[in-house]
Amino acid sequence: MKLRRSMLFVPGDNAAMLSTSFVFKPDSIMFDLEDAVSPREKDSARLMVFQALRHPAYCEIEKVVRVNELNTEFGAKDLEAAVRGGADIVRLPKTESAEEIRALDGRVATIEQECGRPSGDTKIMAAVESASGVVNAVSIATASPRMVAIALAGFDYLVDMHAKRSDGWEPELFYARAAVLHAARAAHIDAFDVAYGNVTDDEGFLREVGIAKQLGFNGKSLIHPKQIELLHKAYAPTDAEVNHARRVIAAAEEARRKGLGVISLDGKMIDPPVIEEAHMTLELAQAA
Amino acid sequence: MKVLKEAIAGTLESSDLLVKVAPSEKETLDIVIKSEVIKQFGKQIRRVVTETLGKLSVSAGSIVIEDKGALDCVIQARVQAAVLRGCGSEDIDWRRLS
Repeated sequence: MKLRRSMLFVPGDNAAMLSTSFVFKPDSIMFDLEDAVSPREKDSARLMVFQALRHPAYCEIEKVVRVNELNTEFGAKDLEAAVRGGADIVRLPKTESAEEIRALDGRVATIEQECGRPSGDTKIMAAVESASGVVNAVSIATASPRMVAIALAGFDYLVDMHAKRSDGWEPELFYARAAVLHAARAAHIDAFDVAYGNVTDDEGFLREVGIAKQLGFNGKSLIHPKQIELLHKAYAPTDAEVNHARRVIAAAEEARRKGLGVISLDGKMIDPPVIEEAHMTLELAQAA
Repeated sequence: MKVLKEAIAGTLESSDLLVKVAPSEKETLDIVIKSEVIKQFGKQIRRVVTETLGKLSVSAGSIVIEDKGALDCVIQARVQAAVLRGCGSEDIDWRRLS
């Protein structure tokens, strides 16, 4: 299982961030060619990202490239840079339908073939940022075998919904968070919660991380390196959770050795999902 | 590839560089490099710039670099961006940029 708690946004034309962001060790780094780059700098940013993708410092980190929408003058060129540069994942913004993912899949396949990458090597994630995207989340999440994650982007979504933003985003994002999360789970892919924009408000950030974790999101999109450690610590299991997970796995092992069909611990039956959760808990603890 | 017009790419911020390209009247390739770390990395910067220009088959033009401590990958990207802008080139041969 690939751990995806933190996905750090790095503007594609920011030389300083491109040169240093790997040291913060997020689970994934997302080089942004979309909103963080002005139209006149798109060409230069595209080349910066292409070269950064190939830099040895990034070889151990999952690399995501947020391309511009494919119906813009930039999208197709961004995709060339991302796939040819060796991006692990292409992130499509403002996704509203499964057709967009299928179109992206087809273009990625063509570029992979042209540049000699193995077929299917490049994965896809979709960001939904509108009512249509949220309503179609299940079909988007299941649109391609390349899909590995779906993310909710809050700012554009709230504008589309004519909603007002509160501090915790709680009531206004309730349906969207639930819909995106259900789509991800139904498709067996990862789910990312919204970015938290106020980088000086650690308390507010952690409150929102708590909501995302409680709901079941794998992680969050992050806009500042300082949020990485906060997030990883918040997602780390407690000692009690780790101890319980170890006992669950030990009980499962013992039952397997004895050939028992039913596994129990402290008088409670343990189902396969509980064992799977125990493994995830230990993996999170190890990564924290 | 020939530089047809003046163009710039990059910034003067830390870890970046500013690349200015212009046509050469004498049809020569002139490279000027200014850097805060010229004593330590001057040869390395020149090597990266020269190799990058070579892959793009740039044989003539004025290339002025103001480096602010950029990594090789940033130097490559900014030189490529400036040259492609200076050549008015829309189509990219990605194999030349590797």
